[in-house]
Amino acid sequence: MSKIWNHYRYLILRRFTQIGILVLFFGANAWGWKILQGNLSTSEIFGIIPMSDPFAVMQMVATGVIVATDLLLGVAVVTLFYFLIGGRAFCSWVCPVNMVTDSANYLRRVFDIDRAQLQKQPISRNVRYWVLGLSLVISALMGIAAFEFISPISMLHRGIIFGIGFGWAAVLIIFVFDLLVLKNGWCGHICPLGGFYSILGKFSFIRVHHIEENCTLCMKCKVVCPEKQVLHMIGKESIPVLSGECTNCARCIEVCDDDALRFSIRDFIQNKKTGE
Amino acid sequence: MSNHSEAKKPLSDRRKFILNMARGVGYAAIGGMVWSAYLDEAKASPLILRPPAAIKENDFLKTCIKCGLCVEACPYDTLKLAKPGDHMPIGTPFFTPRDIPCYMCEDIPCVPVCPSGALDEPSVTVDGHLDINVADMGLAVIDENSCIAFWGIQCDACYRACPILGQAITVEYSKNERTGKHAFLKPVVHADACTGCGMCEKACVTEKPAIFILPREVAMGKAGSHYIKGWDKKDEARLKDAHAIRTTTNISRKKAVDKLNAGFEGLLDE
Repeated sequence: MSKIWNHYRYLILRRFTQIGILVLFFGANAWGWKILQGNLSTSEIFGIIPMSDPFAVMQMVATGVIVATDLLLGVAVVTLFYFLIGGRAFCSWVCPVNMVTDSANYLRRVFDIDRAQLQKQPISRNVRYWVLGLSLVISALMGIAAFEFISPISMLHRGIIFGIGFGWAAVLIIFVFDLLVLKNGWCGHICPLGGFYSILGKFSFIRVHHIEENCTLCMKCKVVCPEKQVLHMIGKESIPVLSGECTNCARCIEVCDDDALRFSIRDFIQNKKTGE
Repeated sequence: MSNHSEAKKPLSDRRKFILNMARGVGYAAIGGMVWSAYLDEAKASPLILRPPAAIKENDFLKTCIKCGLCVEACPYDTLKLAKPGDHMPIGTPFFTPRDIPCYMCEDIPCVPVCPSGALDEPSVTVDGHLDINVADMGLAVIDENSCIAFWGIQCDACYRACPILGQAITVEYSKNERTGKHAFLKPVVHADACTGCGMCEKACVTEKPAIFILPREVAMGKAGSHYIKGWDKKDEARLKDAHAIRTTTNISRKKAVDKLNAGFEGLLDE
């Protein structure tokens, strides 16, 4: 039992926060709960603390509109949290699409689709930064928040909270795309929100840290990692995962049987290592 | 021979970078075109009815962050967020009066919660107090062909349902010439008082409502500055937007009288 817990503790916690957040939002709309109102675009905790999606507001700014103070406060709260603490944790701890793409990924492993598509991934993971830039350009040209109009993330969380309509089709497309076309296709290659948080989360304190002395080179971490390029140091040097593309999902930590990966605070680790 | 070995030489990093960038721009241009074309269609929804105090549609689409707080605040479930498949700008709030009209809450709970300013509280505030009666969600329009009151059948469902009874909808009496002894009781909508709440549309007894709400942009014409109610001081204020268009031709360059006195030389040449 404790072995299962050890192997899935972060996964269980992540599903708990992802689903918990949606339940709170749903309750706010359906039964008038006041704990967390709104949705992932903008919300309020207990009707007081505002939170806003910084990328959505960036698109609004690109359209040339004057952004309301409430939204700017919400952006500040969210930005500071991920910038200082969470890193790209939104993607693996909050975003509901993560559950869709994780399950596609899981099925890829079960059905050995990974091995059937062994060739180099056909598109670059940098596409997301292009899509990010393009969202802002199109927002400016068309006068509406461009990504917010097509975002499957918004369709899914809004759909769960307010009714999904044909939004399930977009979610299904992502699932099939990730399952059959491109490994980690949506979250790891295309999603501009992921790209945004990759840039924002680059400097956060919470980091996964590799302890090379413990590593037996089993590479289980690289199998489960949705952004495995960030684990380039495995078996080579004891350094933290510094790439902003790491989602802090901690799957690598829990699949490691040799205690070669841990969560740590960035600077503390470096000092300890160098003995300073 | 030397040509051949040159062709095999790997590309320099700089060239690779430039080529990759160029490729990225190419893809972005194609993707951007498809994306923009979709957005252009997706945002065009002239018949959508917005919550009270919504700013102009174009600005609304820019400003609304699609959080749904107005929807959650609405006690009657009037407001909905547009879903994929609703054929409305996705994620934005709207209402369908025939299903659930706006019940015009006095405290207008949907407006103050708006964090983005897409619902503009000052526009429904009169003397420091919220006043739903100045809201402007749309305008009731009557199809006289299907309204049974215009047939001569007695019905005042919309008049009775109107929350601003006697102001937004009044009933006008006229003689029914067909029977010679009955009266028409025809509902008339007054644009200055109507808030577009849609209670009339909800109440209308015909199979498809004969009175229905349209956004003001769609429902109303515009007289422009050429026509003024000379008997109405307020209406004359519109004249300040008026501007004359003057065209100058060879003929009109001089005053008409001078032109005539000068004879018609040159006039026929033109």
